[in-house]
Amino acid sequence: MPLLEIEELSVDFKTSAGPFRAVDGVSLAVEAGEIAAVVGESGSGKSVAMLAVMGLLPWSATVSAKRLAFDGKDLLGIAPRQRRRIVGRDLAMIFQEPMTSLNPCFTVGWQIGEALAVHLGLSKAERRARTLELLHAVGIPAPERRLAAFPHQLSGGMSQRVMIAMALACRPKLIIADEPTTALDVTIQAQILDLLVRLRDETGTALVLITHDMGVVAETAERVAVHYAGQKVEEQDVRSLFRDPHHPYTAALLAALPERATGRMLPSIAGTVPGAFDRPPGCLFEPRCRFATARCRDKAPPRQGAIAGFALCHYPLAEGRPVGHPDPDAGRERAA
Amino acid sequence: MLSFLIRRLSVVVPTFLAIAFLTFVAIRLVPGDPIEVRTGERGIAPERLALLRHELGLDRPVVVQFLDYLRGLAHGDFGVSISTKEPVLREFFTLFPATLELALAAMLFAVILGVPIGVVAALKRGTVLDYALMGTALAGFSMPIFWWGLLLILFFSVDLGWTPVSGRIDLLYYFEPVTGFMLIDSLLSDQDGAFLSALAHLVLPTIVLGTIPLATIARMTRSAMLEVLSEDYVRTARAKGMPPFRVVGIHALRNALIPVVTVIGLQTGMLMGGAVLTEHIFAWPGIGSWLIESIERRDYPVLQGGILLVSGLVILINLMVDLAYGALNPRIRHGR
Ligand SMILES: Nc1ncnc2c1ncn2[C@@H]1O[C@H](COP(=O)(O)OP(=O)(O)O)[C@@H](O)[C@H]1O
Ligand SMILES: [Mg+2]
Repeated sequence: MPLLEIEELSVDFKTSAGPFRAVDGVSLAVEAGEIAAVVGESGSGKSVAMLAVMGLLPWSATVSAKRLAFDGKDLLGIAPRQRRRIVGRDLAMIFQEPMTSLNPCFTVGWQIGEALAVHLGLSKAERRARTLELLHAVGIPAPERRLAAFPHQLSGGMSQRVMIAMALACRPKLIIADEPTTALDVTIQAQILDLLVRLRDETGTALVLITHDMGVVAETAERVAVHYAGQKVEEQDVRSLFRDPHHPYTAALLAALPERATGRMLPSIAGTVPGAFDRPPGCLFEPRCRFATARCRDKAPPRQGAIAGFALCHYPLAEGRPVGHPDPDAGRERAA
Repeated sequence: MLSFLIRRLSVVVPTFLAIAFLTFVAIRLVPGDPIEVRTGERGIAPERLALLRHELGLDRPVVVQFLDYLRGLAHGDFGVSISTKEPVLREFFTLFPATLELALAAMLFAVILGVPIGVVAALKRGTVLDYALMGTALAGFSMPIFWWGLLLILFFSVDLGWTPVSGRIDLLYYFEPVTGFMLIDSLLSDQDGAFLSALAHLVLPTIVLGTIPLATIARMTRSAMLEVLSEDYVRTARAKGMPPFRVVGIHALRNALIPVVTVIGLQTGMLMGGAVLTEHIFAWPGIGSWLIESIERRDYPVLQGGILLVSGLVILINLMVDLAYGALNPRIRHGR
């Protein structure tokens, strides 16, 4: 049984302009000790999906799913009190903006110790010892001096390390990291990713890594789910995904990687993720897809099987060519 | 910290001089001087008027009088009351505890009710309860003190007979002031019923004086709380699995209190204005009543000295608010 089970998760927001489906039938299973990545452009519903798992969405959100469970415990109908026994203890989350995610009014030591006190009931001395151990584990130099530091005295990278220490406090089974390096300098990004992978290797904590950066995925993840406009459009293990992407969106993301760029210009995908009010009727990626046909425009695509990476596509790619496409050379001229 | 104090004090001295000068001139612009007012309609022989004026030094040019006054101030001499022949400073400190007791009670009333009302309104934003609380606050905020005081007296003292109309305690009780606070002195006096009588006398003036600060604090707490509740660190606290009372009462409130404390301080300063009226309505023997009587008597030394002392108090309160702000906000404390 997977540690985290998400089956056909949908999230609808009530907005002043009517309902908006930010997450649309997304599934993901994460095994204990695994590193899974969820990748997609900004606005694809990655954060919203994970906040739904954590139970952190605002009241304006409605969450529905066929199954949403962690460690065998159902998270959908769970009472808030029961949920708080899981969240922050066995299931932790770190966020994109480390500088604003720490409470400016409390010291680092207090904020880490709080979880230890509330969840594990540790005494003051035990909390201090464990906090020092955690700060050491996440690579913060001179932890004794950092205990009394306030968040504004820390750099972004240090803040994210503190956030990771806080997430690790109660030895969780799974950490969800929502774009943990997006707000950081490039050199710090690599350090934080290394740290997350190393901690997984040492503690066996599973990791869901949310990112918009395929480069990050390549360096860390074992399995990848690609999200687009609230839908999962493809899922594969990382090596086969990089070798043979089956959804045109995945292929476009990979083509946009700097090391794969052929010309002098860095390619990027033209257009933007559709929002609440410009959703195409058929395939959501159709307006930006170089293989799109009339069928793609009119009809929602089927879910392909495992062999085609569960691609949500009428003409899934195989070795770069759209299977079953009326014009097999489609997209070539534009791709060139 | 020290440089902060020095910077503040360098502003205080010119402020004091300006206040001293303005009050000195303003009270002399009011028609009638201390002697004319005392003789009333009977009139007085011009020679005698001139003599009495000369005795008080009122026949000298205003600038000379002012410099003379400043010279006294420099030696800590605030002058002597024309009507009682008591030193102004001594009268001030005799009456000040009554005002302080009333102001403290009003502020306590405003904070104890205002902060929770603001928090509840923020948590229930957009509901009927929120609108009811904030509507009431708006009404309280725009309440004319004089009218409000009379209304409460009519209802609670005259119709219901629950509370006394005026004074600090029943005339039945007499004891020498020890602290000057009637609540404490009545307890120390060991006389049966003295404390309850003092308390009953305090209730209505407290409500009248505390209404505007209560409304202001409630509204400020609500808006500060609404802002803070959407901060990333509040989401972090919930992601840590903290129970609602910790998320709201510790993580959010601690941050929301920073602007609220500023408002509390500003209100405390403004309270002195409200205290003058409130003391007048309830014949409360404090600084407010003293100043109003002195206006009627044109008791120049009391007015100029009393107003200067009250201003000094307000400045002192504001200074303490700034210090409290620093203590509450780590980012200020560490001078960033
Ligand atoms: N509280 C909310 N109310 C309404 N819409 C929201 C809310 N939060 C997120 N959304 C919308 O949901 C979509 C997905 O957002 P998000 O999950 O943050 O994307 P990602 O993390 O993939 O960049 C976006 O279009 C965003 O505008
Ligand atoms: Mg996001």
